[in-house]
Amino acid sequence: MLDSAQEVLQLQSRGDATAVEIATSAMDKIEATQGSINAFTHINRELVLSTAEAVDQKRRNGEPLGPLAGVPVAVKDVLCTRDMPTTCSSNMLRNFRPPYDATVVEKLREADAIIVGKTNMDEFAMGASTETSAFGDTRNPWDVSRTPGGSSGGATACVAAGTVPLSLGTDTGGSIRQPSGFCGVTGLKPTYGRVSRYGLIAFASSLDQVGPIGWSVQDVALLLQCIAGYEPRDSTSLNHEVPDYQAALQSNDLRGMKIGILSEALDVDGVDEAVRNAVLASAEVFRDAGAEIIDISLPHSKYWVPTYYVIAPSEASSNLSRYDGAHYGHRATQLAPEKSESLGPLVATYCQSRAEGFGAEVKRRIMVGTYALSEGYADQYYNQALKARRLIKGDYDAAFSQVDLLLGPVSPTPAFPLGEKVDDPLQMYLCDLFTVGANLAGIPAISLPAGKDASGLPLAIQLQAPALEETRLFFAGAAYQAMTDFHKLRPDTFQP
Amino acid sequence: MTLSDGYPTETIIGLEVHVQLKTQTKLFCSCSTRFGAPPNTQICPVCLGLPGALPVMNERAIDLAIRAGLAIDCSIPPMTKWDRKQYFYPDLPKGYQISQFDLPICADGFLDITDEADPVKTRRIGIIRAHLEEDAGKSMHDEATGRSDSRIDLNRCGTPLLEIVSHPDLRSASEAKEFLAELKLRMTHLGVSDCEMQEGSLRVDANVNLHIDVDGKKVATPIAEIKNMNSFRAVEHAIEHEVDRQYDAWEETGKTIEDEAKTTRGWDDAKGKTFLQREKEESADYRYFPDPDLLPIRIPQQRVDEAKANLGELPAELCQRLQTQYGIKLYDANVIVKQGRELIEYFEEAATKSGDGKRTSSWIQQDVMRTLNETQANIGEFAVTAQQLGDLLQRVTRGDFDNARARDVFTHLLKTNDSVEDAIKSLGIEAVDSNEIEVLCRELLDANPQVIDDVKNGKQQAVGALIGQAKKKNANANPKQVRETLLQLIEQS
Ligand SMILES: [Zn+2]
Repeated sequence: MLDSAQEVLQLQSRGDATAVEIATSAMDKIEATQGSINAFTHINRELVLSTAEAVDQKRRNGEPLGPLAGVPVAVKDVLCTRDMPTTCSSNMLRNFRPPYDATVVEKLREADAIIVGKTNMDEFAMGASTETSAFGDTRNPWDVSRTPGGSSGGATACVAAGTVPLSLGTDTGGSIRQPSGFCGVTGLKPTYGRVSRYGLIAFASSLDQVGPIGWSVQDVALLLQCIAGYEPRDSTSLNHEVPDYQAALQSNDLRGMKIGILSEALDVDGVDEAVRNAVLASAEVFRDAGAEIIDISLPHSKYWVPTYYVIAPSEASSNLSRYDGAHYGHRATQLAPEKSESLGPLVATYCQSRAEGFGAEVKRRIMVGTYALSEGYADQYYNQALKARRLIKGDYDAAFSQVDLLLGPVSPTPAFPLGEKVDDPLQMYLCDLFTVGANLAGIPAISLPAGKDASGLPLAIQLQAPALEETRLFFAGAAYQAMTDFHKLRPDTFQP
Repeated sequence: MTLSDGYPTETIIGLEVHVQLKTQTKLFCSCSTRFGAPPNTQICPVCLGLPGALPVMNERAIDLAIRAGLAIDCSIPPMTKWDRKQYFYPDLPKGYQISQFDLPICADGFLDITDEADPVKTRRIGIIRAHLEEDAGKSMHDEATGRSDSRIDLNRCGTPLLEIVSHPDLRSASEAKEFLAELKLRMTHLGVSDCEMQEGSLRVDANVNLHIDVDGKKVATPIAEIKNMNSFRAVEHAIEHEVDRQYDAWEETGKTIEDEAKTTRGWDDAKGKTFLQREKEESADYRYFPDPDLLPIRIPQQRVDEAKANLGELPAELCQRLQTQYGIKLYDANVIVKQGRELIEYFEEAATKSGDGKRTSSWIQQDVMRTLNETQANIGEFAVTAQQLGDLLQRVTRGDFDNARARDVFTHLLKTNDSVEDAIKSLGIEAVDSNEIEVLCRELLDANPQVIDDVKNGKQQAVGALIGQAKKKNANANPKQVRETLLQLIEQS
């Protein structure tokens, strides 16, 4: 029941279940899996049940209900919630309670969704395994010895574990799509500016975007419908009308659609054979649905990762300057006397608060970004990366003048064992090989379940579309899911 | 200038002026910019830099910056953008200030000031650029508590500032003061800023050094940037002091600009001295980069043209016009222009109605401005309208009654809603016909025959006493008329 938002809505409208019963079931499952999966950083059963009760009351009173009435939704702990802590899975914000809701959270409340809690993530969304969290690893429901991916690992694991039908993640370089792929669920990174970033704690402002996660394209489209739209509080939000996404899901007929397959990506060193085969097999599915498959190349794709790993840390180094212990967040109280002496109490407080509050990966990126923006280096790194970013966008423009969608892998491999890459940042960064392009170009991209490998781990494919063409992704994605059952596969740990 | 006992020197001054733009709300949030509110009461998640909060640009600040730029003959490039200037300080909650680095909103202007050597000429002072930025908060170091206790007030955080940077074209402390006075006049006149140094809505840093002519060879002293000056007078004194200090330091150490990096010096108003704040200007690396939370700003030429059209006259043009149109002196025109747009409009309306610019100007400078001062009132809410004042002064010029009687009417108008006509009636003012005056004058001369002798002996001022008596007998008697009648009668006698 908790693996379909549409079903949860129907159960209530038919009178077969109340929002309280559904929320109770979700909370039971969350609590039951928290020990093994650790998907959440914060839950509050009482608060959740009282919210659900309010929805039931509305229904009894015959008041109008929002489009997600009584649907349990998990929220990544990088999105501000006024009634729950918002930690970014960092010791720096361990006790931080924002005085306001993120716009997407406001929209969930307006839609009468039940926000069940905050999900675990890599610290400040920096990572691809949820291992940099200050609240411990999240484990993959398909194999608890493996990572769920990251940074939205909690957000995808809680769906895969069957605790909630929908969850909100954020994607800066693949942080929705890669863990969606690792956990066998569907996840969308919308067009940059499609969803307001107000209240999303920034990692890299020009790349960050909030997006929906669920089992099916239908559910993901339903959640995007609720959170998308222009908002004046975010200057980078796009003032374009939000189309009716469900209307795009009515047909499986892909005749006339041209899909470009990124074959080069499949030949890159380190791409798993099963990943490769899954992409090739999906191309056949699309062909069967009537699409024309065309080989296409993005010539500057080898610069994606280097470009991303200059721009994202540069912006992060600036965005994270505010965590200095002066106004909120962690403040060091016991200053090392020699530091206090040599730096003075103010600078010593800054240094020690940040040294204690941030984990290793966050510090690494702050240092890289600070370096890349420094006088004498900015031209070599940051400004050079901006130029590369323009070329990367140009590649996409050229590709989309020939095809409607791009098809390729999400990650080079399926979920890897916990601990395997956590001490090897470069290996970890290569997880982003196929996902950062969409962030650099600001275009939408979706991760779709595409079967299992020999060890039973989920495989995934990625579709990318031109800016604001989420509808196209949903259209092709829904057709794919109509012709395959991959999105109906469930892990053994799944809570029915 | 030449120091009395030394080599000839030239003083080189460049100014960096921060002008607080007169917006209702802050640069990137809707908090009020009102001065003097209790600490930390005009704040929100955006100006506090809370996680997840995002800036949204205030269009009004862009309008004012364009207006300010046009007032100092800057060009307004078609594209400008926001950059982050990064440094850590407790009054800067985001850890960066949103500012403008390489594409400022205003570039390459000038301001003409009076040439000290030849006051009918002007000197052109170049403006390098003017850029927008948000203000930081205020750190208050409270030593009184005996603890090293610092408090932070973030009310000012995010207030829009325009930083105007001049070329080092100023050559004396008094020129610097003149430049600031002219800049303030334009900014206040155009409603861009209040420019109150005491309230911090105008802040000045002065970069000063000397070019010393040592037997035909130019030697430059190290540059000092002077801060913490809180009045125009302080700017002038600080620079004067700094000029002497630099000369003495050069004589003593021989250090030139080659030997010492720029230093920062504070101004101690009480001691009348500048003091060293930072030994070496640490070549701070602010790691500027474009703010990804804000879009670049495109300013179409049409917007600049409209701003130009709405700019109106600048103070100098206005003074010129007031002189020719209303026949007043430059000094008087200046006084009126400095009072701001509303008073200028009041003057023009009243002067047009009265048909007597000089009289109107002197009435406004005396009676009107004094009353405004006493009552702390604004001309916009003044009880005597420009039409009323004009009406009243027209009657004086026509000879209906004198200034003294007009002042009675003015006082009456201040307290009532009467028209000038009604005020005159209710005060019983009416023209006295010349027969009546003559009768009155004869009576007075009969009673005071010695006045006739005095006048005949050349002491014309003797009639003054009789004018006073005439006014006592008939308040409406026009002193000018009484005087003329008396002199006429004496001559005939
Ligand atoms: Zn504010």
